[in-house]
Amino acid sequence: MNKTLETVCSGLARRRRREIRFRWYGRIAIFVSLAFLALLITSIVARGYKAFWQTEIAIDVFLDPEELTPPTPEHLARADLAGLIKRSLRQMFPEVHDRRRKRALYRLVSSAAPYQLRDYVLAHPDRIGQTVRLWVLAGADVDLYKKGYIDPEMPASERRLKDYQIAWLRKLESEGRLVLRFNRWFLLNGDSREPEQAGIQVAFRGSLYMMLVTFALSFPLGIAAAIYLEEFAPRNNVWVDLIEININNLAAVPSIVFGLLGLAVFIGWFGLPRSTPLVGGLTLTLMTLPTVIIASRAALKAVPPSIRYAALGIGASRVQTVFHHVLPLAMPGMLTGAIIGMARALGETAPLLMIGMVAFIVDPPQSLLDPATALPVQIYLWADSPERGFVERTSAAIIVLLLFLGIMNLAAILLRKRLERRW
Amino acid sequence: MQPQTLFWILLALAVYGYYLGRKRALTVSGGNIRRLHSLPDYYGYYVALWCALPALAILSLWLLLDDKIILQWVLAELPPTYRNLPPDRLSLTVNVIENLLAGERQASTVDPALAEAAEHYRQLKHLGYQALTVLVLAGATAALTWAQRRITPGLRARNRVEAVIRIALIASSVLAILTTIGIVLSVLFEALRFFEMVSPLEFFFGLHWSPQIAIRADQVGASGSFGFIPLLTGTLLITAIAMAVAAPLGLLSAIYLSEFAKRRTRAIVKPLLEVLAGVPTVVYGFFAALVVAPWLRDLGARLGLSISSESALAAGLVMGIMIIPFVSSLTDDALTAVPRSLREGAYGLGATQAETITGVLLPAALPGIVSGLLLAVSRAIGETMIVVMAAGMAAKLTLNPLESVTTITVQIVALLVGDQEFDSPKTLAAFALGLTLFVITLLLNLVALHVIRKYREQYE
Repeated sequence: MNKTLETVCSGLARRRRREIRFRWYGRIAIFVSLAFLALLITSIVARGYKAFWQTEIAIDVFLDPEELTPPTPEHLARADLAGLIKRSLRQMFPEVHDRRRKRALYRLVSSAAPYQLRDYVLAHPDRIGQTVRLWVLAGADVDLYKKGYIDPEMPASERRLKDYQIAWLRKLESEGRLVLRFNRWFLLNGDSREPEQAGIQVAFRGSLYMMLVTFALSFPLGIAAAIYLEEFAPRNNVWVDLIEININNLAAVPSIVFGLLGLAVFIGWFGLPRSTPLVGGLTLTLMTLPTVIIASRAALKAVPPSIRYAALGIGASRVQTVFHHVLPLAMPGMLTGAIIGMARALGETAPLLMIGMVAFIVDPPQSLLDPATALPVQIYLWADSPERGFVERTSAAIIVLLLFLGIMNLAAILLRKRLERRW
Repeated sequence: MQPQTLFWILLALAVYGYYLGRKRALTVSGGNIRRLHSLPDYYGYYVALWCALPALAILSLWLLLDDKIILQWVLAELPPTYRNLPPDRLSLTVNVIENLLAGERQASTVDPALAEAAEHYRQLKHLGYQALTVLVLAGATAALTWAQRRITPGLRARNRVEAVIRIALIASSVLAILTTIGIVLSVLFEALRFFEMVSPLEFFFGLHWSPQIAIRADQVGASGSFGFIPLLTGTLLITAIAMAVAAPLGLLSAIYLSEFAKRRTRAIVKPLLEVLAGVPTVVYGFFAALVVAPWLRDLGARLGLSISSESALAAGLVMGIMIIPFVSSLTDDALTAVPRSLREGAYGLGATQAETITGVLLPAALPGIVSGLLLAVSRAIGETMIVVMAAGMAAKLTLNPLESVTTITVQIVALLVGDQEFDSPKTLAAFALGLTLFVITLLLNLVALHVIRKYREQYE
């Protein structure tokens, strides 16, 4: 007996140390995982938040009546608006004569500046003949400089802006003509080759349309399938088992395979147009359906059988029991599952690449059959772009996407908390 | 009339049918609805369904088939010079006609015969819509009147309506099977066409992958370069790295959270870990390419190692992070399924908590954990965006994690994004890869399911 006690006591310290060590392993694992999460979020926010501001330059433009009358859209489309902007830039820096330097000077403003001038003239036709101060988009390099991505202390050969360009920018800054403003272009514009003009409008609308299609199809279909399997299907039936195995398996099929399916079936067989939100939505529907079905079945299972017995007991048919009593009680759970499925579909990229939603599209889609991109695809496209300014845009688009995902998940959580009943 | 308007009219007609049926039921009941077999609403639904369903079936069938049938008619009337063209040239002609119809080409720029065909097509289509309108509206009205006439107090309207509802429910759940069949068939057909051009032996055992477009039509698709082994090793290498990251981190955090952590800590940390699973994969891809890969390259340069900027290590590492919550939540489920009595038995024998976990809980939960890990592997193999953005394109046969490798999914994307020709081995190879991917993940899922069914202890 004494001997046993001795053995136990001698091992106690070692066992205790092992216990503590084991706990620390767990803590370290959690810490490392969360550190990765923090690194991911901070590195993206740090790179992207500045894209919500955009450098603008104030230039004094003489609205030359010779060029601008009559101020109709047709006439202005042919007028040399870029020339007017160049003229005013030359007047601001009269010392520039060298041809190469002149070209550098013109690049201070974005190639979108003439369009801004056009819009201004169309809005204020009465100012023709006057010299007005116009805020126009700055070029991509100027934007990078203003946001501190270009270090003036670096050797001139290694940075994108020459010494004289930086001197111009300093002069503009001292005159208060170079400021950062809220970047509404990022939210309103479509894709563009120029980083300072690129926006997420097309991608946003494309994603929105696809989500509408996906929700309109996967929610009713998913609920119907779940109701059948949970409430009506015969037990121990080969066919029903087959359906169940199928659903569980589809939930684990790689998303890119659904893209291949969409490509072969919707585009190949049915001949639907490529790159459209309709095809994207249909493909994502097939992908989210298993998730919705599984969540809806869980919600139906959570409704206690006593509800069903009570309804059947007072003479309701089985269909009435389900649709009048069980379904309303299971609805919050089903909706939660659907929202989570939609959030996954919103972030999905690979199947959309397969069905050709990787086009360069400037005009927002007006219907389900117009070509569009989606937010995650836009992120993928911009991430591939070599221009320095697109890194910022990509991160900003990711912030927008994550924001939407966060809102959707939060809505699901709140819905569950508010409406779900415990029995 | 456009099909869309037709659809809305049909819907309106069905609503009208509902009111008509209800009213009729109330009339035949003579004011006493207890004489009716079903509630009056069901008579309304009965009429509405009769009115809408057959007409909708006609409408959708028509829309599905009319383009193809009309096209056949139009082609049959083309001059023989066009009709006797080989199929690929004929499809070019069809393209021209379609462009004419879409207004993308002017009639004056093409052969007048084709312009005439396009005009003919337009007329036929227009005529078709007119016929469709008459057919659908007449059918719907007739069905509506007929169904409404049939209403008597004894009509079992509820049973009829419920039968339709049941059929609709069954149809929705059969969609899952149809999806699977669709995947298998669509991928299989194209893959079989690929295997006609490239032998399966070469594909599955070839050591060299460089898909080439055949320059001439009679050229055998650059044979010998469709070897799938480098892609497989690349995929497995990245998956192995990902699992090396995700398995220990996921397992240990799940154990800590379910056994040691206080309730409050658990309530905060668990959702935070789940956030990792909710981040879109394209974001991970961007993170891997922009943050992790350059960091690893610089680290390697400092240590005197040459790490490729598209190394398998960077992609695998980030993929591992993505999978952590997947592993941890499945482990968590497996651990909580182990009954209390086992735990308390171990404590009663004097085991510490750590000893209970390693000696009792983990062995008991092992089937669940193993199947969870297998599902995680299947997910890693099928993951696309991270590897597309962070791993390379060159198919190197190497096990060195510092070099750049390519994966099955990367190659599918590379082959299918951009211009596609459905008869070049290059495009078809993507479907062969897709089939392989589908089979691999399917097998992994089935094995995972089998493990948990066969080895799970039933504690009752």
